[in-house]
This record gives sequence, C-alpha cells and structure tokens, in this order.
Amino acid sequence: MSSVKPALDDRPPLLTMRRIGKTFSGDIVALREMDLTVKVGEFISLLGPSGCGKSTAIRLIAGLLHPTNGVIRWTGGQSEDDLGIVFQEPTLMPWATVAKNVWLPFRLQGQSFNSVKAEIHEALELVGLENFSKAYPRELSGGMKMRVSIARAMVTKPRLILMDEPFAALDEITRLKLDNDLLELKKKIGCTVIFVTHSVFESVFLSDRIVVMAARPGRVVRELEINPTYPRDENFSTSTEYANYTRLTSDALREAMEHGE
Amino acid sequence: MTATESTAMGSHSVDPEEVQRERRALVTRIAKWTLPSLVLVLSILSWHLYVTIGEVPHYILPGPFHVAKSTFEDWAVLWPALLVTGRLTLLALAMAIIGGGLLAVAFTQSKWAEMSFFPYAVILQVTPVIAIAPLLQIYVDSAFIAALLCAWIVAFFPILSNTTIGLKSADHNLRDLFTIYGATRGQRLIHLDMPSALPFFLGGLKIAGGLALIGAVVAEFVIGRSGAGLGLAATLLEASYRFNFGRLYAALILISLMGVVIFAITSVISHLILRSWHESAVRRDH
Repeated sequence: MSSVKPALDDRPPLLTMRRIGKTFSGDIVALREMDLTVKVGEFISLLGPSGCGKSTAIRLIAGLLHPTNGVIRWTGGQSEDDLGIVFQEPTLMPWATVAKNVWLPFRLQGQSFNSVKAEIHEALELVGLENFSKAYPRELSGGMKMRVSIARAMVTKPRLILMDEPFAALDEITRLKLDNDLLELKKKIGCTVIFVTHSVFESVFLSDRIVVMAARPGRVVRELEINPTYPRDENFSTSTEYANYTRLTSDALREAMEHGE
Repeated sequence: MTATESTAMGSHSVDPEEVQRERRALVTRIAKWTLPSLVLVLSILSWHLYVTIGEVPHYILPGPFHVAKSTFEDWAVLWPALLVTGRLTLLALAMAIIGGGLLAVAFTQSKWAEMSFFPYAVILQVTPVIAIAPLLQIYVDSAFIAALLCAWIVAFFPILSNTTIGLKSADHNLRDLFTIYGATRGQRLIHLDMPSALPFFLGGLKIAGGLALIGAVVAEFVIGRSGAGLGLAATLLEASYRFNFGRLYAALILISLMGVVIFAITSVISHLILRSWHESAVRRDH
C-alpha cells in the first residue's frame, strides 16, 4: 500500500470506500479492507486474478451486496439514477426492441417512452446504433448487443458507470473496437467509470488509475496512476509509454498473484 | 453491415450449390403438405377397400362413405353436441388460464403460499380425473358445472406448473439490473417476470388445450347425459349402445378434429407472440 501515489489533480471525490470487507457464509473472505476514492470523471480499472474480489467490489458499490465491514459513501448522497451498470453479458430483454431496452431505466422511474425519446435516441447515437432502435436483440451481433447495454447504462446520465468485464466474452477485434469507442464516449460525456477486467492491456489503455487486486483473501495490493503525455487513441497502444505502463502493471499483477498463493 | 450484405445478395453470382439448396428447400416445402395428405387419402382408401372386400358389417366397422353419410344425416344431432363439448372445453381452458396463471403469480410472489398449497395442486393433478368425476356429479347440482370442474382440474396444472417455472426463470443479471434501478415488486413482475414466463406459459397452454378436451370428454362419459345436453362424447357413448357405428365414428372424428383445431389455434397464438424474439419461434435462414 506504500506505493499509492497522490492524485494528479484535485477533482472532488464522487464515492469513497473505507475499509470495506465482505465475508460470505461466515468464513469466506471475498474482500478485505478495501479503500478506494473515486473522483469525478475518473476511469478506474480493477485488475486482478479471479477470486480477487473485483466483482464483489462492483456489487457492493452497486448496492447488490452489503458490506460486512466498513462504509461506502456517496458525495451528496445516493439516488436511484446515480448508477449505470454493464455486465459481462449484454443482459438485454429479448422480448423488447433496442429502443425499449434502452428505455428501461427511465421506464422503471415511471417515465413514458415518448417523454424520453430524445434521450434514448441520443444514447443510441453515441454508440452508433441509432438505425437499429426497432431491432430485437437477437438480430444483433455480440458487439452490437454490448453497445446497446452501454447505451442503456448511459441513458440516464448517471454519476457513475460500473462495468464488470464487459468485453471479456467478445472476440479480440470487436473488443479493441469497443475499447476505442469507450474512450471516445468518455471524452464526449465525461462520465466516471469503474471497470473490472483481467486484461493488463485493456486496463492500461483505458484507465486513469489501475487498482491491482490479489486473491485469497480478496484485497487491494497496488494502485497505479496511468497519466500518459500521449493522447489516448489507437496510436497510444503502440507507443513506448504504453509499453512501459504495461510492463509496470504486469509486474504489479505478477506480484499480486504471488501474494495470493 | 446490412448494406454490404444486401449488395452481396443482389449480385447475380448464384452458384450451383445455392441453386440446389433452394430446390431442396422448395421440395421440402411441397412435401410437407403433400405427404401427409397422401397418407390420409391412402388410409381412407385402404379402409374402404378392407370394408368392401372383407364385407365387414357396418355395426363392426363402417366404411368411410358410411361415416360421411352419417355425419351429413346426423348433423342436426352432431352440431349441437359439438357446440356443447366446444363450449365446455373452451370454458375449462379459459378458467385454467386464469386459475393457473393467478395461482402461479401467487406462488412466485409468496414463498409461503407455494409451500402451503403446491403439494395439493400436485395431488389434485395426479388423482385420475375419472375417479373424481362421479363424486363431482354427486356433490355438484349442475351437471354442466360438474363437467366444467372436471375438465378444469385436468387442464389447469400444466399452466400452473409451466408458468411457475417461467416466472422464476428471469435472467439473474436482469434481476440485478432491476434492483439497481429501484424497481418495485409490481414493475419487476410486469416488466421482467411475466415476459420471461411467456414462452413457458404458452408451452403450458398448448398442453392444456388438449387436456381440456380430454377432461371434457371424460366428464361427458361420466356426467354428461344429465341436464347439460349431450356433448360429442356422450353422443358417441350413446351411439355405441345402439350399435350406431356410423354416428359413433362421426362423433369420434369431430372430437379429434376439435383437438386438432385447438392445437392449431394455440400454436398460432404462441407463434405470433414469440416470433420476433424467442428462439423457439425464430426461423433461421441458413
């Protein structure tokens, strides 16, 4: 924990986790003493081997689980439209069209389709699917389904978007494309993202900060600031700076894996 | 993406393999209708030949023309009977849909209700309806209502059990999503559980349609002669007592036709509802 660097800018915190622990069925420690401060506009990756508690952390932040110890505090309190989430599967309702799927967060707030039509269209436009609003999920490719899922997570303009290994099930080409698109999107709407991944390359490419976690018990072992001088675009992934960050992150991950055994 | 695909399809390069594939598809489409029709015609023909060549008396096995004649001549008896049985079946099915559906919702909304009552729904189901029918006849004054209850008992269980499974089958990530967005119980039921249950419910409906008819026939055999007027099954039974085999076969064919029609209707309903999204109803191009 000594290697935690101070944040480079003084953006206000959005969410703070203090000494968060989660123990399942009395004796399985999924997460131990996790500290994390998420700042507004930040892109954070939780990186680690399976069993390191990164998905547990996401579920705790989402309020799907309650911590055994510690507190999670939202700056200014939490309301229902603070969160968007993207799972590993697209998790779309097969019986509803693309537009109706994106409508879901609004619908559950009691807003009619017509009153939020513009927002839905805008979200679909952001992910490049404005022409597919009447299609059913089964007519779309895996990557397109994922885009719908992202559009749904963004449509309410939530303060925080959680992504739990969203592109893990996709092929390499689609994944690279979506990584690029995600950066574009973040530039456009400036959202705060917590991204769970087990890919070093993906985490370096996308993140402002990487939280390296270890397993058994799940815990945070390192935090790495990724602050390249290079603009983040497709060329970034071939730069020496990127390579250096990747090496650094890989080392941290290897260390974490050794700790875990 | 679609643009490139459509230009590819629009070009004239159709290879022999594709031509053959399309021809095979066409042959399959035609055979799908002609083959069963042919089997029907051949069966009727051999039935006719067997009866005429073997000189089988009509009170043992009437020939197809005899049955056709009976159907025509006895139409004044058969048609009202068809209405009685049809009404009984449809009412029982409607009650099964309402009862089974509501009970399934109650069971999934309250674990306690399910624990308390599900075993009795099973007992009701596994007890042969033919054993309950005479009791119903004794305890229920109206013969029609007794028959209706009888058919309902048989028909409601597949709807109940299928819908119950369906209501529990929603994707767990979608459940989490609904939790995150603060969905109420009602919203969850209407927007998540019910659509997820729809394919299961429709599967149950197809089974229940057939069972409602079976229940109606059984009820008529046991109860139907009193009060409610004669249904097809009761007509069939009576015809058998009188060795009127022409009418018996006519009634039998009508019952069987009713079963086919009910199955066809429920299948079409199911297809129309599911065709745009459910794998079972989606037609694959390749």
